[in-house]
Amino acid sequence: MTSLPVDWLENDRRKLRVDASAYGDKIYEALTAACALAIPALVIAIAVAIFAAAWPAFAKLGFSIVTTSDWDVRAGHFGAAPAIFGTLVSSTVALIIATPLAIGVAIFLSEFAPLWLRQPIGFLVDLLAAIPSVVYGLWGIFVLIPLLREHVMPFLRDTLHLGATPFFSGPAYGPSMLAAGVILAIMALPYISSVSREVLMAVPRSQREAALALGATRWEMIRDAVIPYARSGIIGGIMLGLGRALGETMAVTMVIGNRPEISASLLAPGYTMASLIANEFSEATSDLHLSALMAVGAVLFIITLIVNAVARWLVWSVGRRRTQ
Amino acid sequence: MKVLKLVVPVLLAVACAKEGANSSATASSTAASSGGSVDLTGAGSSFAYPIYSKWAALYAAKTGVKVNYQSIGSSGGIRQLSDEIVDFGASDGPMTDQQLAQAKGGPILHIPTVLGGVSVTYNLPTVQQPLKITGDVLAQLYMGKITKWNDSRIASLNPGVTLPSLDVIVVHRSDGSGTTYIFSDYLATVSRAWASAVGRGQSLNWPVGLGGKGSEGVAGQVKQTPGAVGYVELSYAKQNNLPSALIRNAAGAWVAPTLESVTAAAAGVVPTLPANTDYRISIVNGPGKGTYPISSFTWILVYQHQKEPVKGKKLVDFLNWALTDGEAEAAPLDYAPLPASMATTVKAKLAMIDLTGAK
Repeated sequence: MTSLPVDWLENDRRKLRVDASAYGDKIYEALTAACALAIPALVIAIAVAIFAAAWPAFAKLGFSIVTTSDWDVRAGHFGAAPAIFGTLVSSTVALIIATPLAIGVAIFLSEFAPLWLRQPIGFLVDLLAAIPSVVYGLWGIFVLIPLLREHVMPFLRDTLHLGATPFFSGPAYGPSMLAAGVILAIMALPYISSVSREVLMAVPRSQREAALALGATRWEMIRDAVIPYARSGIIGGIMLGLGRALGETMAVTMVIGNRPEISASLLAPGYTMASLIANEFSEATSDLHLSALMAVGAVLFIITLIVNAVARWLVWSVGRRRTQ
Repeated sequence: MKVLKLVVPVLLAVACAKEGANSSATASSTAASSGGSVDLTGAGSSFAYPIYSKWAALYAAKTGVKVNYQSIGSSGGIRQLSDEIVDFGASDGPMTDQQLAQAKGGPILHIPTVLGGVSVTYNLPTVQQPLKITGDVLAQLYMGKITKWNDSRIASLNPGVTLPSLDVIVVHRSDGSGTTYIFSDYLATVSRAWASAVGRGQSLNWPVGLGGKGSEGVAGQVKQTPGAVGYVELSYAKQNNLPSALIRNAAGAWVAPTLESVTAAAAGVVPTLPANTDYRISIVNGPGKGTYPISSFTWILVYQHQKEPVKGKKLVDFLNWALTDGEAEAAPLDYAPLPASMATTVKAKLAMIDLTGAK
């Protein structure tokens, strides 16, 4: 594509062409720049709209939206602490379940799987990302929740005696923080595994060969030569999955039980910010109610921003440590 | 080649710009209707959406007048009518005095169109005959004061029935809903404790229970959980063959939710109405032996003073048709039609709509 000065001197027609493509470049640059700027502008516009709509609630209720846990529309109390708690806990549970699974899938596919198996498994895992969330929700109601209630929850609570800890105590209704975490884990899994797989595949062959040549077993080679090389990319994938989990609305709403209470037990029902907004927005009657819901949206926006910033920082610091 | 080099980036850029425009368009409100050929726009109750869209289709086929109805929820319908975005609103609960005062286009008329009932459904695998329940016991269940199905307060209503010692698992709607409004309106009417502790509304601060999103969420949870009790629209319970409890009405009779018993609730109340009623009335726990007590009107909301006479005329014609021929479409869709006598008086009310265009 780049033309050398020699060509330019040699041929007038070529010179013309260089000029023409230089105009093309300018137009192209301007148009792509417009595209690139349109997206941040959109983000800013959304943020401004949310914060403007949330302002009346913040002005009237202050930080009680974040710190109190009484959500009573009729009395005009809007404390979203249980929803904030639920969003963070369900996403954490999701990551705890999804990360080892997803990285396991990625390592198997990039290091062990024969070629004929690699394609179909990779395809099926990626397909998880294409399933609409309402379908996950219905599957959650009709398959996952009965399974959790009849088998998994009694097993965790009674057979493993985890019921003695506050985290698995209380009655097992089915709809619960645990159900939400499991659904979110399945939804976040393809993002993490897909990114991790690509990153692992991109590790240079020489890296592996060097480790093997030093007498490393396959496991040692993966642990010491491949994963450290791919670490920042894998963390990026995990953060992408976390972003998915934080914002997911429909599937979570259908399985979490929608109970605005803070409970240590994962067997108890909970609530998330996204569910709260989705549940109440269309039938919000008073202006303050609407504004309070927007305020919850603003808090979710800020939490997502923080998560993204932390992810950037993690990726950056891991990358720096490696090069040092 | 030369042409291609120029065209590709331009195409790319155009595609890019379009995407940006699209996403900003979806980000902004989608309230406005798209087609230029739409004559009347309405928005509101999702409960009434099936019948209103059926009416719109039939009316367009008959007269050519197109009605675009968007099911965005009752509160959304009230808000859009107040802001004069749509020609009519639709709501499952009457507007409050404050909401009426805030409407930008002046006085609003409530036009009852059809009726809906709320079924109380449950999951008690060993119980064969329909469960009998009173409003007071229902309120105690939903306040967490009765926690076992074999509690004497339930058993005494169901002589001869062996009730299991299952825990009661209360299921309610998590999303704001007209169904919740009707249900809580009934409980607040029959139980003083409920009225003071919880009250009536589209979204409530529930003392106990699990929240399911939409009727399908409530029904799904009740179906899956032995010992669960929930409430759904009569039409939903009917179409999905959910068991419905018999409720004791104000006359002391045990009544199952059916289209007839819901229509009877309106028929029982109508004679008691003053001639100048604005139809902002609750008919829960209404009089009459055959009355199902958890029933309600659903309303179409219109401005009394129509600013555009031509459009106003179209609106009045549509409502007239709906209350005449449209009522026959209600039962097949599992809505209870208005009592015949009432449809006539409501139609007479349409004459109050001022089509002169004067302020």
